[in-house]
Amino acid sequence: MNLVCNLFGSSIGRKFIMALTGLVLIGFVFGHLVGNLQVFAHPDKINGYAHFLQSLGPVLWLVRIGLLVCLGLHIWAATALTLESRRARGSEPYGVKTWIQAAFASRYIRWSGYVVLGFILYHLAHFTLGVAQAGTYKTALPAYTLTADYQVLGFTVVPAGTPVHDVHQMVVLGFQPPLVALFYIVAVGLLSLHLLHGMDSLFQTLGWRNASWSRSLRTVVALLCVAYFAGNLVIPGAVMTGALKPASAAKTASAQ
Amino acid sequence: MVAVNTQKLFSVTLRVWRQAGPAQPGKFVDYPAKDLNPNMSFLEMLDVVNDELAAQGVEPIAFAHDCREGICGTCSCTINGKPHGPGKGIATCQTYMRSFSDGDTIVVEPFRARAFPVVKDLVTDRAAFDKIQQAGGFITARAGSAPDANALPIAKGDADLAMDAAQCIGCGACVAACKNASAMLFVSAKVSHLGLLPQGQAERDRRVLAMVNTMDTLGFGSCTNQYECSAACPKLISHDFIARMNRDYVKASFRSAFRAAPANTGGGGA
Repeated sequence: MNLVCNLFGSSIGRKFIMALTGLVLIGFVFGHLVGNLQVFAHPDKINGYAHFLQSLGPVLWLVRIGLLVCLGLHIWAATALTLESRRARGSEPYGVKTWIQAAFASRYIRWSGYVVLGFILYHLAHFTLGVAQAGTYKTALPAYTLTADYQVLGFTVVPAGTPVHDVHQMVVLGFQPPLVALFYIVAVGLLSLHLLHGMDSLFQTLGWRNASWSRSLRTVVALLCVAYFAGNLVIPGAVMTGALKPASAAKTASAQ
Repeated sequence: MVAVNTQKLFSVTLRVWRQAGPAQPGKFVDYPAKDLNPNMSFLEMLDVVNDELAAQGVEPIAFAHDCREGICGTCSCTINGKPHGPGKGIATCQTYMRSFSDGDTIVVEPFRARAFPVVKDLVTDRAAFDKIQQAGGFITARAGSAPDANALPIAKGDADLAMDAAQCIGCGACVAACKNASAMLFVSAKVSHLGLLPQGQAERDRRVLAMVNTMDTLGFGSCTNQYECSAACPKLISHDFIARMNRDYVKASFRSAFRAAPANTGGGGA
């Protein structure tokens, strides 16, 4: 069918795949950050939230598979387009070539992408699969008993007294090694740089950008990226500076 | 009375790409360019250097040129890493030697793209652009003689935007500047120029599909939204046209996929 051929086979179609999968992934990383920031509230919050997500069962898997497909397509489109573009330059490179106006973030989009991919793999091994730093993985920690109901939109989804995985403790312990915390900070910094070009670019690719508002778009994108980086910086940052202590969970446990 | 030229003459070194033919290996060769008037154009400077080379029995530097007033797009070469040289919104022919300083080494090389093979020295074959144009850069409506003014109302904004796109001289600087050797600025200008006008509506979908398909087939790269193309364009054509083309292409893909086909397409049997 023509439509599918155009989407997967043409240069513009592949760019559309980049943009649309990028949009889904942007939605995910911002949602993920907002969820994670609950680590600064009472441990009931993030532990109840994590238990709620785990309890979704097939829906959780649907979302996970959807995200993995988006990530896969994003990487496939990037690879296909990059290889095509390399061939397009020809065998003889320029003797001298200068940048005229390309934004900094756009020049290193591929390199920031590589680091982000490495980060995603480590992050999944660390907090989702429990392969890296297995000693502080949630299943290796004592269960946490919720002291209050966890509510979503006013409905109680996890009632008080439910024993759940201690995600709060896992996060705080997980960032104890300074190298891990630093790697997270560098990786989300590069992800923010990736988004600085990506979020702007997707509007151009989808055909929604023009000179009358491109400056405003650039400003909004830059502010979102700074906010995203700051939000991600404070979690390992708070653990490193000791503002977020593992003792908080231990105190709750001893109070029972 | 002719004014006395008080401009100081100066000298530069030209580092020029020399390549005898399409399949031959090329290399950079340095030539001194002495006693240049700062008000001579870059092409006039090449003419002077070539005169000296010819006098010495050296093969002159082959470079393409035609109108020498920035409207034909023939004089395409990369100067110090930027297509058409250091100026903004001008072609090589309107680059003047006053843009350079005494003692500079100026690197001159052809546009680099697989779809633009080098013919000789600085001359590239840009017939790929013609092929893209032939795939859809036209209208089939009867053009005839000039129509009455205002017989076909066109909004001022649309007319101006179409004229912005129509300024493209097809020089290929967008391809040369792009790190991906993408022709999307050229193609988008050609697609938008006709797509913005009522006369271009009949083939609007077919045009964008055919031109993009031909662009891909010819081996141009794709856009990574760095906008080097519009910055290098001697006509400063906006990359907003690329966004417009992307939108047009996807709309056309959907429309062509779901368009009703007539049951009988035969011309009637004998």
